[in-house]
Amino acid sequence: MTTVEEQLLPSKEPVRLIDQDGVLHDHSSYQLPTQQALVDGYVELIKGRRINDQASALVRQGRLAVYPSSHGQEACQVAASMVLADGDWLFPTYRDTVTIVSRGVDPIETLTLLRGDWHSGYDPYARNVAPQSTPLATQLTHAVGVAHAARLKGEDTVVMALCGDGATSEGDFHEALNFAAVFKAPVVFFVQNNGFAISVPLSKQTVAPSIAHKGIGYGVPGERADGNDLAGLLAVLGQAVDKARAGEGPQLVEAHTYRVQAHTNADDATRYRQDDEVTPWLAKDPIKRLEAYLSSAGLLSDDIKRRAEDAATRVAQQLRDGLMPEPSVDPEELFTHLYAVPTPQLAEQAAFLRDELAREEA
Amino acid sequence: MTHQKISMAQALNQALRDAMTADDSVLMFGEDVGALGGVFRITDGLTAEFGEDRCFDTPLAESGIVGMAIGLAMNGMRPVVEMQFDAFGYPAFEQIVSHVAKMRNRTRGRIALPMVIRMPYAGGIGGVEHHCDSSEGYYAHTPGLTVVAPSTVADAYTLLRRAIEWPDPVVFMEPKKLYWAKEEVDLTEPAPGIGTAVVRREGADATLIAYGPSVPVAMEAAEAAAAEGRELTVVDLRSVVPFDDETVCAAVRRTGRAVVVAEASGFASVSSEIVARVTERCFHSLAAPVRRVTGFDIPYPPPKLEKFQLPGVDRILDAVDDLQWEDS
Ligand SMILES: Cc1ncc(C[n+]2csc(CCOP(=O)(O)OP(=O)(O)O)c2C)c(N)n1
Ligand SMILES: [Mg+2]
Repeated sequence: MTTVEEQLLPSKEPVRLIDQDGVLHDHSSYQLPTQQALVDGYVELIKGRRINDQASALVRQGRLAVYPSSHGQEACQVAASMVLADGDWLFPTYRDTVTIVSRGVDPIETLTLLRGDWHSGYDPYARNVAPQSTPLATQLTHAVGVAHAARLKGEDTVVMALCGDGATSEGDFHEALNFAAVFKAPVVFFVQNNGFAISVPLSKQTVAPSIAHKGIGYGVPGERADGNDLAGLLAVLGQAVDKARAGEGPQLVEAHTYRVQAHTNADDATRYRQDDEVTPWLAKDPIKRLEAYLSSAGLLSDDIKRRAEDAATRVAQQLRDGLMPEPSVDPEELFTHLYAVPTPQLAEQAAFLRDELAREEA
Repeated sequence: MTHQKISMAQALNQALRDAMTADDSVLMFGEDVGALGGVFRITDGLTAEFGEDRCFDTPLAESGIVGMAIGLAMNGMRPVVEMQFDAFGYPAFEQIVSHVAKMRNRTRGRIALPMVIRMPYAGGIGGVEHHCDSSEGYYAHTPGLTVVAPSTVADAYTLLRRAIEWPDPVVFMEPKKLYWAKEEVDLTEPAPGIGTAVVRREGADATLIAYGPSVPVAMEAAEAAAAEGRELTVVDLRSVVPFDDETVCAAVRRTGRAVVVAEASGFASVSSEIVARVTERCFHSLAAPVRRVTGFDIPYPPPKLEKFQLPGVDRILDAVDDLQWEDS
């Protein structure tokens, strides 16, 4: 018999099914995902990496204002989407472009925010993906609301709510976990612990034994996984989603990963960390290890490799084609989305701008 | 029986009950709003009548309350939340400003948030610190919010019903000091909706512009002025956002003089906005600068001192006296 406390605490070590050399490890509580899932996941990883690197290149070419890359965190990105069913919801942050695209949202619409022709560019209801949240942790309570509404309507929706390690210090993280627990809301809180909040390492964020341990204070089961092991992540997140769907309430999952690049292209990571701190993490790369495992298991056929390369080439081309041309913006739109019916004052201000533009043209 | 003598608290309670009856997606939640019926009893009996799923207590965290309401509104509900007191709404400020107000805009109109944040507000009740703030200015300053403040029992009912039906988020400011006074009302009578000010009293000499808790004070001042031979118009804004320039400016043009009355501190406030708008639009009709009677620019004072802060009849009459009558 395990005590209630033990059920709420995470595994002693982050769950890992495939290690950095591609070697398989048995786990008493988690099973290796199906071959199909691993192969599909591999294709998504290759595609995700290409999205990250193409988007970063587009920043250098001035086509995006900024890009917070998830380079090195792609296993988390891919797993978060793969474990969801069609009707489920995803609440992403600014760093989660790859997850959003993985869920089926158009990549150009996804990057609208970072290109700067509007804020959120996709229809949140088309794939049940909330707009990317920049104010840290604020989206987590929205996730609770969406999940609670689903329960009231008798739907078996699960909500995947993402945030970073730094965001777990925000009050909203704690309020969201507590609310979700009290209302038994089917939310999976998925924290990508990449070691840094811009320049601040996790050690200055918390002295808790792990972020997954924070769940117990709210009665939320916490679990932790190797954030660069797609197999482990699919198993852990998949189980969390199943539990939430089965009515067991919210789940907290922490992924141990690493931000191998700077916070964004505008950041200079050399000011706060040494390169030799990064090096060991390069060896833990999520793609390398899955590739090693799939090869050794005889699952990496030329066909799969081609499928992955084609998907990556296609999405990179799509990004270049979609983002190279200057986007068209409509100043009139500045006023159209504030209220269902614009206030008389906004109507006046829209007319003022229209008139100003007409005079400039004349 | 459509005529009844009820308090604003009862009218608000009735509005919630009728809205919840009319629409299953209307939910009411917050701190102590369940079994207790709210510290002001505005939600009295709703849990008993509609069940725990429809009217419920939440953990004590205002940001969580508003954040959860956002998610519920995103997923088909019409949440109404209560901030227990004006100043206890501040923990939710980030949610209100960064998400409630912006969601429609940032998603190009794809996510609308039909939700109401009920906020018992303002002073005049002998409350200790943090219980008497007039915080409407913060919300009125934030594009994307609709800000409403009733001053009568009938309006409390109508405006709350309209706010709950409104397609966009409404910050609903309830003047605490008006909760208990009873008025004879007919709640079935059609009344103007959100965005429309009303003229409460007609008078040719000057216009008092007020909203929420300041309206009854303005009415009293107009009564006293009439006794001294000066006829005042009183405009009740009813909604601060959208602002009814038309009704306000028509009254000011008719009378040529105006005083704005508001409890909130005057600096960078709703009252300063009203003066600016009226001056910009009615300059040639004005016989004197528009005056203001507002709270001083100080934190809301302790109970024994609040009488010095609140706009009262005498201060309003003095401001009216100051409107350069010697020139006309
Ligand atoms: C409420 C709030 N405070 C500060 C910021 C500025 N900011 C943006 S990202 C960031 C670091 C967040 O770190 P973490 O949660 O670990 O996520 P990561 O960027 O590592 O994915 C900060 C401080 C913000 N976006 N929101
Ligand atoms: Mg981080």
